[in-house]
Amino acid sequence: MLIYEHSRPGRNGAPQAPASKADLSDIPSGLLRKDSAALPEVSELQAVRHYTRLSKKNFAIDTHFYPLGSCTMKYNPRACNSLAMLPGFLSRHPLAPDRYSQGFLACMCELQNMLCEAMGMAAFSLAPMAGAQGEFAGIKMIAAYHSANNDDARREILVPDAAHGTNPATATMCGFSVKEIPTLDNGDVDFEALQQAVGPQTAGLMLTNPSTLGVFERQIEKIAAIVHEAGGLLYYDGANLNAILGKIRPGDMGFDVIHTNLHKTFSTPHGGGGPGSGAVGVAERLKPYLPLPIVAEAGGQFSCLDEQDAPQSIGRLSAFMGNAGVLLRAYIYMRLLGKSGMERVAEFATLNANYMMAEAKRRGFQLAIPDRRASHEFIITLKKEASELHVTAMDFAKRLLDLGYHAPTTYFPLLVPECLLIEPTESEAKEVLDGFMDALEQIREEAANSPELVTTAPHTLPVKRLDEVGAARNLDLAWKPEKAD
Amino acid sequence: MPFIPHTEQEIAEMLEAIGIEDTDALFEEIPPHLRTAGLEGVPPGLTEMEVSRLMHKRAAQNKDAVCFIGAGAYEHHIPAAVWQLATRGEYYTAYTPYQAEASQGTLQLTYEYQSMITALTDMDVSNASLYDGASALAEAILMAVRGNRKSKTRRILLPRNVHPAYRRTAETIVGGQNIELVEVDYDRASGTVQLDALQQAAGDDITAVVIQQPSFFGTLEDVDAITDWAHERNALMISITNPLSIAVLKPPGQWGSKGADIACGDGQPLGAPLSCGGPYYGFLCCAQALVRQMPGRIVGRTTDVDGREGFVLTLQAREQHIRRSKATSNICTNQGLVVTASTIHMAILGPRGLENTAAACHANTRRLVEQLTGIDGVRRAFSSAEFHESVLLLDRPVNQVLESLAANNILGGYDLGADYPELGNALLVCATELRTEDEIAAYRGALQEALDVKTLQKEIA
Amino acid sequence: MSEIPSELKYTKSHEWVRDENDGSVSIGITDHAQELLGDLVFVELPEVGSEMSAEDAVCVVESVKAASDVYMPVSGEVIEINDALADTPETINDSPYDDGWLIRVKLSNPDELDELMDADAYEAEIAEE
Repeated sequence: MLIYEHSRPGRNGAPQAPASKADLSDIPSGLLRKDSAALPEVSELQAVRHYTRLSKKNFAIDTHFYPLGSCTMKYNPRACNSLAMLPGFLSRHPLAPDRYSQGFLACMCELQNMLCEAMGMAAFSLAPMAGAQGEFAGIKMIAAYHSANNDDARREILVPDAAHGTNPATATMCGFSVKEIPTLDNGDVDFEALQQAVGPQTAGLMLTNPSTLGVFERQIEKIAAIVHEAGGLLYYDGANLNAILGKIRPGDMGFDVIHTNLHKTFSTPHGGGGPGSGAVGVAERLKPYLPLPIVAEAGGQFSCLDEQDAPQSIGRLSAFMGNAGVLLRAYIYMRLLGKSGMERVAEFATLNANYMMAEAKRRGFQLAIPDRRASHEFIITLKKEASELHVTAMDFAKRLLDLGYHAPTTYFPLLVPECLLIEPTESEAKEVLDGFMDALEQIREEAANSPELVTTAPHTLPVKRLDEVGAARNLDLAWKPEKAD
Repeated sequence: MPFIPHTEQEIAEMLEAIGIEDTDALFEEIPPHLRTAGLEGVPPGLTEMEVSRLMHKRAAQNKDAVCFIGAGAYEHHIPAAVWQLATRGEYYTAYTPYQAEASQGTLQLTYEYQSMITALTDMDVSNASLYDGASALAEAILMAVRGNRKSKTRRILLPRNVHPAYRRTAETIVGGQNIELVEVDYDRASGTVQLDALQQAAGDDITAVVIQQPSFFGTLEDVDAITDWAHERNALMISITNPLSIAVLKPPGQWGSKGADIACGDGQPLGAPLSCGGPYYGFLCCAQALVRQMPGRIVGRTTDVDGREGFVLTLQAREQHIRRSKATSNICTNQGLVVTASTIHMAILGPRGLENTAAACHANTRRLVEQLTGIDGVRRAFSSAEFHESVLLLDRPVNQVLESLAANNILGGYDLGADYPELGNALLVCATELRTEDEIAAYRGALQEALDVKTLQKEIA
Repeated sequence: MSEIPSELKYTKSHEWVRDENDGSVSIGITDHAQELLGDLVFVELPEVGSEMSAEDAVCVVESVKAASDVYMPVSGEVIEINDALADTPETINDSPYDDGWLIRVKLSNPDELDELMDADAYEAEIAEE
């Protein structure tokens, strides 16, 4: 039932708003609303009950193992939330003068510094509000750099074909054309193809390491060298940072600009689809172009740099400080982890992934890249099961839901057919991983003996399989009063 | 070790299963000379007690003062239930609803959000949110360029009384995509955009017109005339509105005879705390004809195989993970949790709660302006009707006045000097429903003092 | 097994072409293409009167899992579009070569027809996939 179905005209005497409507007669009547907006009129109890019940229809990290590859669904510490919502932070207006915001700005400055240290970069901007915005900032900075060097012939960005969809989408948004570089079966970028592709038209290469196939790009030094020699810059997609945090730094690999996903690696909450943060870091030569605002420190006083302080900046990406509350949560998380905590994230994320991969192999599942170490994630391909048992990876995913596990990523990477991209994260205990592998085996057995159980799953959730085609053909995107029965 | 559950025993079992001696072997594919020795610059970890002490100290270092600043972020009362519910683990720690059957909570809530925001704006459809109002404007502009087949020039009229940070953000985001943002000045006397100024800037062909209502100054535009004018020239109308204000002001869907084509703005006033600047969310609504040009996620209602009502992400084919370089945008993660809170906020307040709140903001600002302009040396900048915010002209430099007010624990407003030097000493003030008569009286007293000739003389001496 | 009518011409990007013998051709997507895409939910057609060159992207066909460009097999002016597809895009799935036609184009260079594949060549082409 929609909240609207609990609505009755005249219901709702909310004590959270002024009791009466003030006089608006000084506003020209032609500019005033004639009828009330069609919002629901419910009591507070009805709203609370409705949204509490709705919440129970969700899978979440707090309730289920969520091995979504490339999403890093690790535990979101509660202290990060309560401390980020202290009144001193919550009530601060973004345009309050810097000198009255020293506590907040100190946290931001330290966050910038810790990110520089952890990533091996010279400077960071916390402005981008999600990974995609961080990518946008990164590619824009590359464009600004080449432009400043009067190198305007560089109109092409290289992207591996295994890359996440945001990479080519971002390059296009920045006015570049995209050239895809193939990936070899062992997961490495096709170096020879890359050699052919670089030239005076190359603005840069976008890469993530480990790659979206869950393996480390072993030729990274050669790749960096060849792109730099051709005059291009190297961009790092930080989606998979959880695999290498504290073990190797993107700056040391030769990357000129990186974006981080604070809502992945630094455990800010996924919130049902955000808010995230795509803090972006640069090597020395790209510093002048960082997006605003950037927090600086001088003599113990913190302040935000603006357009006058940073005239070559690519500019603003938001009206204020980006997703400030998210940044505070990331800061608190990093303070809780500290040096040794951060150095162990990758260790245990990788241990968990490799353990699951060994188990998958032992239990007879086919690995997409069998002869290599997994990073923090790995891929099972259900190609064989699909052709022999006529069940797809999507069917497996749906049946996993019945067994109490959120499915791994199935729509990505595009290169592996019928894949399950599995990322356990370091938060999960061994018995959870074992339980998941047991569930996969159970489903495979079901697929052989009672396939309908799998192909028509899920059976135990609030809804069964949904008609996505119908949803796209007959668009129903909002409840409207006229449509109500 | 924080948040890692492994026992020594378990580690040993796992290493054995993998067939290695220790965890170092897991990283053997990384060239050893590239391995980091250690993150020396990161301080040691703190216990929860220690970090709590630290954050309390830091929070206290943000001066607590009575806030009369608006300028795009507004302090409103948020019902206690809103964030208690929004931070339930099932909402807080859920992911993007790609497995629809396991995410009906988030999906249905998002559908309800889309329903409520389209009701407020009186538009046909909405997406599930963008990052903030400023980036929503950029996306609206990109959408207009994609959607307006009748226009070839990719020129957008963007008045100067649109929020300066929104304009700068739009420049950053759409620059490099062959789109011209044409600046149109506001009328100095009224603080609004005039039709002849638009006419002059338009030339032969414009793709879209942007109007912010109320404007950044708080002034009220003639939205009907401007919308009809835009449509006569085959241009699309993009509106930026404060979503709380349209509980009482005419919503974009009713502007002119055909309504705005794209409506955007920042949802912060509906349930997002100020929180040092974010997270907020950008809302984006449009006419049905433009729905396939809309970036971001969209939730649709459908049925399952048993005919039960259910919700899914739809129109995903336009999005980055499928369309890749031809996507409508690169957006992925949006502002889900804030939208969750905002939906609950709107449900609890209902239409009357929002109307009364919006009207109270207007009344309080009116009272503030009456009180302050009663002081010698303070007058309103503009002649037109205003809503919720006002620009005042002072006889002293604004930054000095604000300093003086701050010493009295008052954040007096936003100094317009950097963005609108032509106005002189101009201060943008705002009083929401939270400001009391006492607080307004205290402001008046403190401002009087700040402008006092005696004080001025003292400083000159 | 995909249907591949023998009287039509084909492209590598899975468009078919029917010579209407009046200086114009009808264009659509093949049975193989509609199978790959799955249930179609939307079709974006060009404006009548558009002048296009061979290999220009002229339409978009959208399913739940993909939005694919349809490319011009030949050069010419779009003289007719299949409006009915706005309400029932699934017609392309049911009848890709007849009721599911997308556009009709007046040829600007009839010789281009000779460069297209015939049914056998197209069959061999998709067998390799």
